[in-house]
Amino acid sequence: MSQVTMTVNGKTASGDVEGRTLLSQFLRENLKLTGTHVGCDTSQCGACVVHVDGKAVKSCTMLAAEADGATVDTIEGQAEADGSLNTIQQAFQDHHGLQCGFCTPGMVMSTAALLKDNPKPTEAEIRDYLEGNICRCTGYHNIVKSIMAASGQDVGSIAAE
Amino acid sequence: MPKDHGIGASPKRREDVRFLTGEGNYTDDINVNGQAYVHFLRSDVAHGKINGIDTSAAAAMPGVVKIFTGADFEGIGGLPCGWQVTDKHGEPMQEPAHPVLAQGKVRHVGDPIAAVVAESVEQARDAAEAIEVDIEELPAVVDMKAALSEGATKVHDDLTSNLCYDWGFVEEVKPDVDAAFETAAHVTTLELVNQRMVANPMEPRVAIGDYSRGTDEHTLYTTSQNPHVIRLLMGAFVLGIPEHKLRVVAPDVGGGFGTKIFHYAEEAFCTFAAKACNRPVKWTSSRSEAFMSDAHGRDHVTKIELALDADNNFIALRTDTLANMGAYLSTFAPSVPTWLHGTLMAGNYKTPLIHVNVRAVFTNTVPVDAYRGAGRPEATFQLERVVDKAARELGVDPIALRRQNFITEFPYATPVAVEYDTGDYHGTMDALEGLIDRDGFAARRAESEKNGKLRGLGVNCYIEACGIAPSNLVGQLGARAGLYDAATVRVTATGSISVMVGAHSHGQGHETSFPQVVAEMIGIDESQIDIVHGDSSKIPFGMGTYGSRSIAVCGSAMVRATEKIIAKAKKIAAHLLEASDADIELKDGQFSVAGTDKSVAWGDVTLAAYVPHNYPLEDIEPGLEETAFYDPANFTYPSGAYACEVEVDPETGKVTIESFAAADDFGNIINPMIVDGQVHGGIGQGIGQALLENCVYDENGQLMTGSYMDYAMPRADDVPFYAVDHSSQTPCTHNPLGVKGCGEAGAIGSPPSVINAVVDALQSGGHDVTHIDMPASPSRVWAAMNK
Amino acid sequence: MYNFDYEKPSTVADAVAALGDEDAQALGGGQTLIPTLKQRLASPTTLVSLSGISEMQGITDEGGSITIGGATVHADVASNGAIAALSDLAGNIGDPAVRNRGTIGGSLANNDPSACYPSAALGLGATIVTNTREIAADDYFQGMFSTALDEGEIITAVKVPKPEAANYQKFEQPASRFALVGVFVAKTSGGVRVAVTGASEEGVFRWSEAEAALNGNFSADALEGMAPDADGMIADLHGTSAYRAHLVGVMTRRAVAACS
Ligand SMILES: Cc1cc2nc3c(=O)[nH]c(=O)nc-3n(C[C@H](O)[C@H](O)[C@H](O)COP(=O)(O)OP(=O)(O)OC[C@H]3O[C@@H](n4cnc5c(N)ncnc54)[C@H](O)[C@@H]3O)c2cc1C
Ligand code: FES
Ligand code: FES
Repeated sequence: MSQVTMTVNGKTASGDVEGRTLLSQFLRENLKLTGTHVGCDTSQCGACVVHVDGKAVKSCTMLAAEADGATVDTIEGQAEADGSLNTIQQAFQDHHGLQCGFCTPGMVMSTAALLKDNPKPTEAEIRDYLEGNICRCTGYHNIVKSIMAASGQDVGSIAAE
Repeated sequence: MPKDHGIGASPKRREDVRFLTGEGNYTDDINVNGQAYVHFLRSDVAHGKINGIDTSAAAAMPGVVKIFTGADFEGIGGLPCGWQVTDKHGEPMQEPAHPVLAQGKVRHVGDPIAAVVAESVEQARDAAEAIEVDIEELPAVVDMKAALSEGATKVHDDLTSNLCYDWGFVEEVKPDVDAAFETAAHVTTLELVNQRMVANPMEPRVAIGDYSRGTDEHTLYTTSQNPHVIRLLMGAFVLGIPEHKLRVVAPDVGGGFGTKIFHYAEEAFCTFAAKACNRPVKWTSSRSEAFMSDAHGRDHVTKIELALDADNNFIALRTDTLANMGAYLSTFAPSVPTWLHGTLMAGNYKTPLIHVNVRAVFTNTVPVDAYRGAGRPEATFQLERVVDKAARELGVDPIALRRQNFITEFPYATPVAVEYDTGDYHGTMDALEGLIDRDGFAARRAESEKNGKLRGLGVNCYIEACGIAPSNLVGQLGARAGLYDAATVRVTATGSISVMVGAHSHGQGHETSFPQVVAEMIGIDESQIDIVHGDSSKIPFGMGTYGSRSIAVCGSAMVRATEKIIAKAKKIAAHLLEASDADIELKDGQFSVAGTDKSVAWGDVTLAAYVPHNYPLEDIEPGLEETAFYDPANFTYPSGAYACEVEVDPETGKVTIESFAAADDFGNIINPMIVDGQVHGGIGQGIGQALLENCVYDENGQLMTGSYMDYAMPRADDVPFYAVDHSSQTPCTHNPLGVKGCGEAGAIGSPPSVINAVVDALQSGGHDVTHIDMPASPSRVWAAMNK
Repeated sequence: MYNFDYEKPSTVADAVAALGDEDAQALGGGQTLIPTLKQRLASPTTLVSLSGISEMQGITDEGGSITIGGATVHADVASNGAIAALSDLAGNIGDPAVRNRGTIGGSLANNDPSACYPSAALGLGATIVTNTREIAADDYFQGMFSTALDEGEIITAVKVPKPEAANYQKFEQPASRFALVGVFVAKTSGGVRVAVTGASEEGVFRWSEAEAALNGNFSADALEGMAPDADGMIADLHGTSAYRAHLVGVMTRRAVAACS
């Protein structure tokens, strides 16, 4: 066991971890931040995406020890200070970009990373960017639409609500 | 103007807030004080005799609480099968035992041999590695035809063969069907495979067992679509726990798609072990484990023949299917290739003579059961493929051939036992033609060809039977349960309402759509109404969510319970208004006396019910809470027409979906936004089946597609935006809401149009390809073009 | 995962020392190693993280070549652009989150037969720089998952000469999205190099017949109808050996066409 300390959603958090403790485990088990989900064991589904030092990473494929000293942002820290949904979250709700909600934290975190680098992505850029985020419920239609809306694009012309 | 509240409106989903902020409460998010963790040691061979299990070294490992093997479950019931199919000779199906932990033999890769309960997951896994299992590997039965051949190794030694049942439907008409083929002007024949699928909800299964010695009560937290069904099956048939001592909780569930209907060994194990170990026991499946322990779907091999007369009317249909059951009978497995498949073979057409033969087969593979659509996608795929092939053979327009044979009068009794109440197949086809620019297709094809690509357009229709189902009917068909549902409407003194529903929401948005109905009926704001689901201790009863039944069956129960509430509230209002019950009208949350301006508000009435100072206590009880059970009179029959346009890269065989359009008739619609979302998701899965997904075993029964590295899940860039229309609405005639259900349509309706489009594209390139099996992966398409 | 100790040295020398223990293993971005550990297919006693070593980070442009630190993540190579074909390749490895962690050193050390980077290293004639030596790409790759690296040897950098023209064409395996076949074509001062990944049972290889044809005539037409022998090509669920051989021809032609 060794101690790690990181800034999670703006607050300092520390805990004892084993060498093998994954960042996803540390968040879920030590910090009880269960919004970060685990949907696979081959690093493909993206349910676990969080930001480490501002970059999207799969928290299931990073050791907690590797994040020692880092700034970590998770789904729990995304809403506005007053608790209301942020622009991305609100767009997902407005456009029915989620169903069971299991992939959703990863989708929101990936979207946040995308829009930081590319504030007005095209449909093709969004679909390409989501390669590592699998959703089984939505057929992606409303996720892509939500992301376009979150980036301020007009989605009225996209077939069906 | 779309409505902004009540039935037909699309309010934002209220469940979204917790999911979007990380506050969902999924089963793995639950931790019970003092819990231990279980790791299952699973078979790595497909078939083997267990000569011995030595757990002594493992038991001494750090952190181990207790190790269980099949021996610990001797005398305890096996996992039950909820549906008994009777074969064409009137005999019951062969039904093998399905132990919680393997006894004597393992029968598929992933079959649990032992379970280690330890202080941590990793310790449990360490100890599991130290268990010594002496397994004598036996030849594995994988291929269904081989499984039925003379002298094949038997999956179950105590059964007479690997044949579960040989089902003929309707057996009496077989001679007439055969005779029609003799005289047919044209017969189209197609042999195809509806490949094995893995449902893959993004949340892997989880089970936590808890036991209180003080109260002798068991609690199971589980990722289930139907907690009451699990309580019934596990309590009554496996562990012998009285239902009132067993609470089953399915909190937020991250998708189901059928595979979370069934009662699984891990649920029974955790419940059992919690008592045996005297502490809570938790199991969280890994995705790799899910691939070898979640029930799979589909896996049919079919020959279908369509007979037409000289005017291209369908005169008879004949099918012969092998359906894989896997190694054991999962909860509803036998019903899928029979009553959920054979009864749909009429499709949208007035084919007068139909015979369906299905042989269900045991193999050394993971059990196969319902996966989104369950039987109906298999029926739709073969029918819509053979119709398309017939159109090509006859040189007629595939839409025209379909239209010519459409059923147009309702109710319509099919030759395969079901009676369609309503539908308008020309209407949905018209809607589809409005979505696709068919006239512009030739130009688009020419454009693709200029770029060295082939372009194809495929269409299909579908019909499905949803809202499963009338209990007396399914009872005759072999169901060992009733298929009603239940709801309790609990009104508080201040007029707000909790509705306890038996349906479970795991993505379908019931928490938003169900209140829309009650709000509309009473005329109060939706925000006054909450749905409670997923906890057997809070809900009267429920058969759960599958078969697109939630709104049609449970929603109907909720309507009935709300009607009872309204009836009672009117009596109270009549008393308060000093009028007669019969004169009371309810509108916009106000009770008024017809023809007067006397009225009293909803809240006044509910308050009176709980503060009955001025109240007809001699006539009615205080309080305002009603329960209704609803058993449907028939299935519902959503239908639709779908179209897909693809581009094929002839150099690589890669298929790209250029557009996808769906026109559905779901009857009345409560929340259009949610309905569209259901259709989108179904189409995504249908495209997945058509182009990407395939669960493959090698000849030794090793699972070749055990992770997302080899099992191709559809991703955002595999699919386009979908054009969806549900303007064609023929309300269901036999449920109070006129709804039909929409959960499975997309998955049922989409695969044939994709494959029809691929075949169209290949033929346009001069390739002699009349069929391609799913998934139409690049390598398969390329092979088909280069055979 | 079996448990292990974790160390994070800040110099190559310390990392080499830590890797002296034979059961210690280097940890790059972990994008291959961590999933492997989850399956319990490896049991190192110590993982030595290379992410804290600043001398192994970043990309320097030396005019005729670039040097990429062995711990540089795919995302940084993707955004660099000094060698466009290499950046495009890196920008199409896995997904954005994988690219934010996975490193060039890890990819080359692992030498997965379906990985992208090996074809670029071989196609561009790169030099693999380790803590002890420099290895020419032609000598480095030694079959599937096998390289010239010794036990405990660390890839500290990769030197990549700039090509006159280059392009990478990847045909993705539908599930994993690794290369079912990937072809890196480079026109270099020393001639045309064609490196193929994903296809061969021997791992990444140079397709010499195509190189010869292209040295005579650098155009897709020069390869008309050409494909390597299907014998020795990988056959699996996602494609037969004949299909892979065919795809090598197709992807090579496309890469050449994209170069000009
Ligand atoms: C979802 C997903 C998709 C992917 N898609 C692709 C793809 O399309 N194409 C592709 O090419 N790859 C793909 N990868 C693999 C990815 O590129 C990995 O990042 C890469 O293969 C390994 O790099 P790493 O830094 O993560 O190494 P690690 O996983 O940390 O290590 C891999 C191996 O290399 C050793 N090692 C690491 N660094 C060094 C070093 N500097 N010197 C010596 N040895 C070292 C380790 O000990 C280990 O044996 C994918 C991975 C994932 C999870
Ligand atoms: S859980 Fe991290 S990628 Fe699936
Ligand atoms: S919303 Fe269920 S997996 Fe995406």
